[in-house]
Amino acid sequence: MSVDIYLNVAVGGILTGLVYGLMALGLSVIFGVVRVVNFAHGEMMTIAMYIAVTLFTTFHFDPLVMMVPIAAVLFAFGYLLQYSLINAFITRPEYSQFLLLIAIAIIIVNVLLILFGPDAQNVQTSYAYDSFQLGPLIVDATKAYAGAAAIATTLALFLFFRYTALGTAIRACADNYTGALVIGLDVKRLYALTFGIGAACVGAAGVMLLLIFDVTPAVGPAYTLLAFVIVITGGLGSMPGALVGGLLIGLTEALAGLLFTPSAKSMFAFAILVLVLLFRPQGIMGKRAA
Amino acid sequence: MIARLTTGATPRGLLLLALLLAGALIAPIFAGDYLLTLLILILYFAYTGQAWNIMMGFAGQLSLGHALYVGLGAYTAAALYVHFGIGPWLGLLAAVPIAASAGAFIGFLAFRFRVGGVYFAILTIAVAEFARVGFDHLAWTRGSSGLFLPVAQYSHNDLWQLRGHPVMFYYVLLVATALAFIFCRALLYSRIGYFWLAIREDEEAARAAGIDTFRYKMIAVVISAGMSAFAGVIYAFYYNNLFPEQVFHISRSIEIILAPMVGGVGTLFGPILGTFILEGLSEGLRTLLGILGVDVPGIKHVFFGIVLLLVVIAVPEGVWPWFARKFGLMEPRH
Amino acid sequence: MSALLSVNGITKRFRGLVAVDALSFAVPEGEVFAVIGPNGAGKTTLFNMIAGVFVPNSGTITFAGERIGGLSSDQICRRGIGRTFQIVKPFPALSVEDNVIVGALLRRRHVAGGRAHAHEVLRRLDLYDKRAQRASALTLPDRKRLEVARALATGPKLLLLDEVMAGLRPTETDRMVAILKELNHETGLTILLIEHVMRAVMALATRILVMHHGAAIAEGAPGEVVRDRAVIDSYLGAEAVA
Repeated sequence: MSVDIYLNVAVGGILTGLVYGLMALGLSVIFGVVRVVNFAHGEMMTIAMYIAVTLFTTFHFDPLVMMVPIAAVLFAFGYLLQYSLINAFITRPEYSQFLLLIAIAIIIVNVLLILFGPDAQNVQTSYAYDSFQLGPLIVDATKAYAGAAAIATTLALFLFFRYTALGTAIRACADNYTGALVIGLDVKRLYALTFGIGAACVGAAGVMLLLIFDVTPAVGPAYTLLAFVIVITGGLGSMPGALVGGLLIGLTEALAGLLFTPSAKSMFAFAILVLVLLFRPQGIMGKRAA
Repeated sequence: MIARLTTGATPRGLLLLALLLAGALIAPIFAGDYLLTLLILILYFAYTGQAWNIMMGFAGQLSLGHALYVGLGAYTAAALYVHFGIGPWLGLLAAVPIAASAGAFIGFLAFRFRVGGVYFAILTIAVAEFARVGFDHLAWTRGSSGLFLPVAQYSHNDLWQLRGHPVMFYYVLLVATALAFIFCRALLYSRIGYFWLAIREDEEAARAAGIDTFRYKMIAVVISAGMSAFAGVIYAFYYNNLFPEQVFHISRSIEIILAPMVGGVGTLFGPILGTFILEGLSEGLRTLLGILGVDVPGIKHVFFGIVLLLVVIAVPEGVWPWFARKFGLMEPRH
Repeated sequence: MSALLSVNGITKRFRGLVAVDALSFAVPEGEVFAVIGPNGAGKTTLFNMIAGVFVPNSGTITFAGERIGGLSSDQICRRGIGRTFQIVKPFPALSVEDNVIVGALLRRRHVAGGRAHAHEVLRRLDLYDKRAQRASALTLPDRKRLEVARALATGPKLLLLDEVMAGLRPTETDRMVAILKELNHETGLTILLIEHVMRAVMALATRILVMHHGAAIAEGAPGEVVRDRAVIDSYLGAEAVA
């Protein structure tokens, strides 16, 4: 196979990886601040994907255009979920939290199954088959737009956390829960906000992924697992790590699909996970717990 | 020995247990085909729940990929039967070590490298997924097309080959569940049981008390995995067809943990009570919906999710401890 | 009499910080050896190196003739060193009795034997009457005694106590001191304790080591150490000895 094909597949993988990174970023933000392991992450993403599908088939709204409203819906969902339900579990033992979110995940997947059925659905936008040509590179328009949207969203998020008062307050909560309480921050509200932001991230990522892949209710758990692999590879609690992990997984997935059979590509993500857990459990950019 | 087995139970509890056992022994006589299928399912999940419970409830390690061990057991026994005509009980001799080795592998990865909590759970999910995709490409087990056993005749019960009427499977599972229960109890009240509980409660303090936590966590994982393999063998010979997509799917793993979670992790009766609640209530729900003329496929799993949610929120230690206290079935300490 | 525990030139660094600096001392069998000093002196780091939580950067720790530096905490316990935690770590869902049985089972194969030994230990620690209670339901002084009981049940030759008096009122402190003294006198159990509560230190210790900035600034009998100029300046304060 010529270098061109590798290059094209690699670039496709990187663009997809950017979206994976955004998805994982949501998970990382939630874990980094609220310290909750969101086992329903992928499932929340499928909610966004199905909303986009429905809007597209009913009104022909382009998913990318609907990205912000859908992200807002997911934000509200995440906020309410955290505020009303999850918050009480922060002080409970770890596995209790896992099971709460697993229960939520089960409910989401099966409700979606009842509502939409098990068959794959996708959106055929007007540019679904377009591509850009840059020298030897042929880049799918869908992937290009998705990648660009991912970069824009990630940048916005970064600016939010770095330069706004609210973003700083959230980071303060992450660093020191008691300290944040002591200086009068409304931690419960900030947690809910953070979960909402994480949900919005994953909602936006879902819309972007819909341009590239189909959606079935079953992809929820698959994406949850993928998000975890990315976050663990990149470093649990590290935001740049989530992006790095996303790129890495996107790239390996694409190349593995090319070199081996496409259906085996997820095995490589798992192999990477095992290697990371064995040799660098804090992830590429994580800090070793004291 | 019976006395030691039953320490901790009140007279009322023992009576209930005896009644339950008697009921279980004669149930098939009165149960129709459908109810029998349901009872088999209950026993199956009660058994696998016990097996899973050893890893989680006793040693404190959350496994969300237990379908791996069941699947390995199922495929090993089925493949040996299809290719070489080796019966399930002999196949078990291969299935258990294979599943136990998988458990040992995961345990070693996790424990030697101090992978715990969420990382361990993710690792178990990932390995099960790896198997799911891997078996899709494994020619010896017919890959994704599925491995089929010759369908059994109901008229003739062959215990040795596990070919026959569901009633046979019912009694096999009944005996297995009872033995699993006795075995788990013996373990829990032995030296190793104390060490497991210590590890579950506070691993660091357990180490400071001289417990080789790596070793005992490995033992829990290996026993848990090996026991699950038996369930897999039954699964294979009962359903007579295996698809990697179904057998290793995360839904199977979730199903396995539902009963112990609802009934009570780390307790002996938890998995059994949990299955009764889940399957019993979901059957009730289905019947109710049927009366109303509504048929919603998939509602059963939504229901399970809701039950799990309610249990996690309201009765986190599980229904069994509450049940036992309320009806005075066990002495307070247990 | 050769020392039961001998620490030679032991050093521990955390990145740029030297927590313990070439420390050496020996604890003969039967002694009650107290390590005191201001916060940040390196006492806990020293403790954790002996207990197998940290690996020394250099130097050796010898226990009963065997080098134990770098062994894991469970290996350390199996060799005969029991320890308590500064912030107590009981097994919360288990009963008091079961907590101690866990310790007793280290050297016993059967639960019955473990239970019998646990009862003995519980009686000694004045917890026998509370043996059926859940550990999580105990008061702090009781939890502290439970912590000691569990460590004791493992049959140690050396008992490491990490600020076991912290948070106890004077009467409770005296009670703990009495129990430990009795243990030391009746069974010859060697005790190494880190402590801030001078009341307990003076009542218990046969020798004291004073640490400051990771090094030893005084060592000797309680009476002398407490009057040492450097010790008064760095830690005790003049009023303490007035």
